[in-house]
Amino acid sequence: MSTYAPTAPRWTRAWSGRARWPLVNVLGGAIAAALVLLPLTFLIVEAQQSGWSEVQRLLLRHSVAVLLWNTVRLALACTVLCALLGVAAAWCVERTALAGRRLWAVLLVLPLGVPDFVTGFGWVSIDPALHGYLAAVMIMTLSLYPLVYLPAAAALTRIDAGLEEAARSLGMGPWQTFLKVTLRQIRPAVLGGCLLVTLALLAEYGAFEIVQYRTFTVEIFTEFKLGFDTVAACSLSLVLVLLSLAALGGELALSGRGRAWRSGPGSPRPAPRVALGRWLLPVVGGLASLCGLALGVPAGSLVYWLARGSSSTLPSASILGALAHTAEFSAAAAAIATTLAVPVSALAVRHRGRATVLIERLAYLPMALPGLVIALGLVAFSVRYAFALYQSSLELIVAYSILFLPLAVVGVRSAMAQAPARLEEVGRSLGCRPAAAWMRVTLPLIARGIGAAFALVFISAATELTATLLLHPTGVNTLATQFWAYTSELSYGAAAPYAALMVAISAIPAYLLTRRMTSLARVEPRR
Amino acid sequence: MSALAVRDLWKDYGGAAVLQGVDLDVAPGSLTAVLGHSGCGKTTLLRVIAGFERGERGVVSLAGRTLDDARTYVPPERRSIGYVPQEGALFPHLSVRENVAFGLPRRERRGATVAGLLEMVGIAPLARRMPHELSGGEQQRVALARALARRPQALLLDEPFSSLDASLRGRVRDEVHALLREQGVTTVLVTHDQEEALSLADVVAVLRDGRIVQQAAPAQLYERPVDERLARFLGETNLIQARLEDGRAQTALGTLELRVKAASGEEALTGAHSGIVLVRPEQLDVRPRAQGIAGASPPEGEDAPAGVSGRVEHCRYYGHDALLHIRPEQPGAPEMLLARVHGAHALAPGTPVTVAAHGPVTALQGPAAQPHGPAAPSA
Repeated sequence: MSTYAPTAPRWTRAWSGRARWPLVNVLGGAIAAALVLLPLTFLIVEAQQSGWSEVQRLLLRHSVAVLLWNTVRLALACTVLCALLGVAAAWCVERTALAGRRLWAVLLVLPLGVPDFVTGFGWVSIDPALHGYLAAVMIMTLSLYPLVYLPAAAALTRIDAGLEEAARSLGMGPWQTFLKVTLRQIRPAVLGGCLLVTLALLAEYGAFEIVQYRTFTVEIFTEFKLGFDTVAACSLSLVLVLLSLAALGGELALSGRGRAWRSGPGSPRPAPRVALGRWLLPVVGGLASLCGLALGVPAGSLVYWLARGSSSTLPSASILGALAHTAEFSAAAAAIATTLAVPVSALAVRHRGRATVLIERLAYLPMALPGLVIALGLVAFSVRYAFALYQSSLELIVAYSILFLPLAVVGVRSAMAQAPARLEEVGRSLGCRPAAAWMRVTLPLIARGIGAAFALVFISAATELTATLLLHPTGVNTLATQFWAYTSELSYGAAAPYAALMVAISAIPAYLLTRRMTSLARVEPRR
Repeated sequence: MSALAVRDLWKDYGGAAVLQGVDLDVAPGSLTAVLGHSGCGKTTLLRVIAGFERGERGVVSLAGRTLDDARTYVPPERRSIGYVPQEGALFPHLSVRENVAFGLPRRERRGATVAGLLEMVGIAPLARRMPHELSGGEQQRVALARALARRPQALLLDEPFSSLDASLRGRVRDEVHALLREQGVTTVLVTHDQEEALSLADVVAVLRDGRIVQQAAPAQLYERPVDERLARFLGETNLIQARLEDGRAQTALGTLELRVKAASGEEALTGAHSGIVLVRPEQLDVRPRAQGIAGASPPEGEDAPAGVSGRVEHCRYYGHDALLHIRPEQPGAPEMLLARVHGAHALAPGTPVTVAAHGPVTALQGPAAQPHGPAAPSA
């Protein structure tokens, strides 16, 4: 009796009752992981096509050192500036008695809805003299600071007032409290935002091309598109991947163990707001000029070109065609990415283990992979092993699906966490078969998350430029490619309607995102 | 015959053996509480009975039908076992009515059946509410109605009251108890709260280290726990050195009657021997010495009122009663005694007292029985 000797092999008995349903998840997770690994694998295969010594020769050129310096100094300057602007703006909006806070919150996030290359277009089209390092830093900072602002604002509203009060009662002044307590609390959020900024900078092509600033991504694009040198492009891409991974590692190392933490249950007491006093004017002035530069200039220049260009060039048939293609590719990609995100999230949330965590991490990996790298990997794969796929719309859709899989997983996963497996079990104890329990319990609960994920992927794909330029089927134009074609010819008036459509597609959801973030921060979900 | 039977059930979880040969019998229509520390495997046991997990060895059967053994596995939806998880686990996207109707066949979902169920648990006016608009007690009742809707042969409740406020808990507990009585459902309730288990259940099964160490009626369990650890788990204890002879225990607190049948089954032992007896705090009588019969020096002789003199060291006052920590001042007495007295008789620290005990008491045997004096329940 006391010896432990199972009568049947343990795993069969443990799994036979519920193995069939997770099998679907396992399959979906495996497909997602394979898709993510596919471009990376063939990137490496392609790069060492002519041997590692060739890769070495390509990478040890002097021009590569210049590119590296260009890329790193840009990434550092922009990230630091975004962090400063983002945190300062977030603090002003969330922690001072500023009037019209909800309006500011929306205005400050809206630049996120303008694709970076459209912002670049906005500036350069009104001042063609803008180019080089400083122009690149300014334009990218103005387009990317909301990536820090959003998480910083959310974290600021979540801080428990008690922490800061405790610091003050322990003899710290307001500045010391801000630096040692408040900043410590929002640090993980700010660092997460900074990571997104850095990754976006490494991946950006369009805006830098417009201001004629050569980073790795610009160079890779040129090597491939003009020189058609896939080996050189893939070799350089490997460096780009390493840079992205370094950024990822840097964030991990900096965020460390000091997590935002709150003792005690219940919702935190919101911190009191600071009266601005004589700082009112500088704060309002600062925020207004930030919004003016980040939002007003691109919007104003778009409106200007729309008004001017409407008389000369408006081939409305082609713009509808481009819109239709954009919608078709983006919707297909959103469907694939969301469908794959469901099993990945289910495994990560409900069957947590070494293998499922690995699948989840792989699904997040494309966040650190520039769209250009994914596109190149797919090109390398299709050119050599599946030529029918090369420059087909399917290849573009697959590229989008991989590129934006992380967005889909983020959306679906958080919904899945709100739909515990326990509820499905209750459904089964109430007489539902596994599939029916999933349909009647879990699916309705994650439906909103799936919808949000779909929308997010759709928008991102609709405004994607770099991978689209590389992969779009010949003769088939999307909003982004047509915009780019006109911009390259300096036909700003013709390009403007395409940019306006892309801004419309992504600005509305960006607006909704801020509404949701602010309402989430205000009403703590009931437990 | 038992309605629900678990035989030699084994289950391990992440390499650790959680259930190590559990035997449990639940009589038809009775309420059995499975009592244990958090993490002792209570929930795992319920999950195996419900069919969400499989045992690795052993048998689960319901009314003679095997649900889980080496060859058989009946999936949860075909077990006819209702399950109410912790905090109710209502479907958040469905209204109260839809939650209760969830398990019913489609044509019954809109009919009088649901109305009747809502009426039964007293939540008919809340039918259109969403779960997050309900209080904890109301959620619990909806979860119960939902589980009872399919007229299950057995009902499993996982810590049903632990998420409720203390003020609400007693009332909801009584209501649920009355309802289950009325319905006559065979029920297994899992809890870590001794008081809850003792006050609610017909039978309490104590789960410890993956085994049921004792299964008995509440009073028997409290008075005759199988060992010292269990005695402590069920409430405050005084473990007192005694000389056992002829059904009596001679202790520093006097000669006390022994319960005829010791739980450990060693009543057959004849002849005098020493052992440990379990004296619950409410079995001690405490009298302030100044006005008490004991006086400053107890008179000599056989009829002298038994007891030890000591001082109150500490008094934990609860209103309805008070728990006194008394340090005896007599050699040979335990180091500390715990006595429960009526709230009106709470004594200030330092008060000199005489402590006596009234039987019957239970002798604890075995290697675990070491005289430690008083101990708080180790829950």
